[in-house]
Amino acid sequence: MKLAQTLLSGSLAAVALAASAPAMAGKVLDGVKQRDQLVCGVHTGRAGFAQADGSGNWSGLDVDFCRAVAAAVLGDANKVKFVPTSGQTRITALQSGEIDLLARNTTFNFTRDTSLGLMWAGVNFYDGQAFIVKKRPNLTSAKQLDKATICIDAGTSTERNLQDFARNNGLTFKTVVFDNAEGSKQAFTSGRCHAYTGDYTALAILRATDLPNPDDYELLPEIISKEPVGPAVRRGDEEWFTIVRWVLQAMQGAEEMGLTKANIDEKAAQSDDVAIKRFTGNGDDIGKSLGLDKQWAYRIVKQVGNYGESFARNLGDESPLKLDRGMNRLYTEGGLVYPLPLQ
Amino acid sequence: MTEQPTALEKPPRKPVPLKAWLMQAALLLALLALLAWLAHNAQINLRERNMAAGFDFLFEDSAGFAIGEGWVPFGEDDTYFRAMLAGAANTLRVAVPALVFATLLGLGLGIAALAQNPLIRTLSRGVVDLVRNIPLLVQVLLIYIMMTEWLPDVEQALHIGGFYLSKGGLILPWGEVEETPFGVIGTHVLSTEWLSLVTSLTLYAGAFCAEIVRAGIQSVSRGQSEASHALSLTRWQTLRLVLIPQGLRVAIPPYTSLMLSTIKNSSLGVAIGYPDIVSVANTSMNQTGRAIECIAVIASVYLIINLVTAFIMARVNRRVAIKDR
Repeated sequence: MKLAQTLLSGSLAAVALAASAPAMAGKVLDGVKQRDQLVCGVHTGRAGFAQADGSGNWSGLDVDFCRAVAAAVLGDANKVKFVPTSGQTRITALQSGEIDLLARNTTFNFTRDTSLGLMWAGVNFYDGQAFIVKKRPNLTSAKQLDKATICIDAGTSTERNLQDFARNNGLTFKTVVFDNAEGSKQAFTSGRCHAYTGDYTALAILRATDLPNPDDYELLPEIISKEPVGPAVRRGDEEWFTIVRWVLQAMQGAEEMGLTKANIDEKAAQSDDVAIKRFTGNGDDIGKSLGLDKQWAYRIVKQVGNYGESFARNLGDESPLKLDRGMNRLYTEGGLVYPLPLQ
Repeated sequence: MTEQPTALEKPPRKPVPLKAWLMQAALLLALLALLAWLAHNAQINLRERNMAAGFDFLFEDSAGFAIGEGWVPFGEDDTYFRAMLAGAANTLRVAVPALVFATLLGLGLGIAALAQNPLIRTLSRGVVDLVRNIPLLVQVLLIYIMMTEWLPDVEQALHIGGFYLSKGGLILPWGEVEETPFGVIGTHVLSTEWLSLVTSLTLYAGAFCAEIVRAGIQSVSRGQSEASHALSLTRWQTLRLVLIPQGLRVAIPPYTSLMLSTIKNSSLGVAIGYPDIVSVANTSMNQTGRAIECIAVIASVYLIINLVTAFIMARVNRRVAIKDR
């Protein structure tokens, strides 16, 4: 009897718990406003994209994007809770509603877009898959890696890309798949693997910041895949999706218009440019149709900065990584970043 | 038994009252309803978010990734089902040898713990205490890192009588061997990941097994060894003919539990890149997005392996159990 009662109360509690879960599938924006905090899924630690320092302050390109969404929606770029997710848990975390937004180097591709129940709000970084090897004479191309052992991180699109590359070039690889990047790094530096494959940027950062003697290693020239990575949201809430998409466009658009953290107040006060007036909330209302106020875009630049500033601070000249912007330049400078018109 | 007062007061067994039956039935129904409701909910949520569901991908889609090693030949055109099969085979490929070695090690250590020689006794205890009290994951990583850091590079593999030993693992002398710019590769290889996983599982399970063996032998009453002594059996004969056969009966149930937990512990291979069922299912999950299905596959694989093991061990136990005579 006692057991029966315990079981019964236990199952009632389970019902109560389960019943509260679907409520999160409702409007994400309402949820975010209600808790006055954005819950953003980020990388567990990748320099330049998402990394927490000793006192728990997060920084990085993806982190800045989360902050920009918080600035637009909640008015304060600091109202973000960062949830570190692994390559494997990130998708589930977003699907289940544990996080409102996933900004974690997640590749936007067909399978993921069509079968995971997610939507990509855009691309905030263009990358590609590459190989890093310990320098050895006569090794200049990934096509020479036939019969080599290659380390990979689990839970990424890289495993399949590697196999496609091997097949197209008639190569055979032996792969060792680790469930965390630390494992792959250790196996690669110890010499267990001849090469380590992953996103070009991640490998370049690894070489610059994490390897004992960077000059002993080099990246091979082949880029074997396209890896457009960007923020993703759950399906079923188009309003939220639209907000996230336009936050990204506003960050990139601000760079195109030359609006920076430092000059936006001055430009807002002085400029007669209609586009700038609209952007800063002094012209047509760009907030109403998103369910936000007029100044959402202004706050992004004021509190976080434009895309170029964020890039420079986290990955580019002002950062220890000193990465070239490459494909991630504005289209006006020969890159792929083409902000949609904010009209 | 009759000395216990409760045994006397115990009322004769009565039929279970109707009310209790109804309670049980209601509880069962409530649980089933809860499960059905959760499943229904999951289905609606999946559909709402346009997430694919179902096990059809196992047989229809080609996996497109590679599995580093194993018994089941696997190419990138093969289906997810075959990938899972290869993963399950890899789980057995680690668990079975680890169990065999752990049992031998456990027998040795367990008997050594009862030796008259204090040095052997202390050594055995020391090993058991050291291994038993460090988390298995730490040991797996430690052994793997030691192997990959200390063994020679693949290009400079140690070549001893047909064997090649390097960071890449151990190449066995039977089968073909090929020289490549990236060192020697062979047809039959025990990879570093396999070696370190089997070693650490053997040590860990061996330490627990040693305790089970020791406890089993010590459970045999003192009179038995005194009687064998009186029959002028040597210590070894006493152990082999009298103590071990009787002690093992006691040891089999806890030994079965140890087997089951060792099989499950083999899943720690994901930390060091061993492609077992967990690793393969994780990759499949990421490529297809079918988390519930892939987790269900992992659970079923362990469940099947462990149920079969438990079934066999239950039969063994019934055969050797002390019979009422």
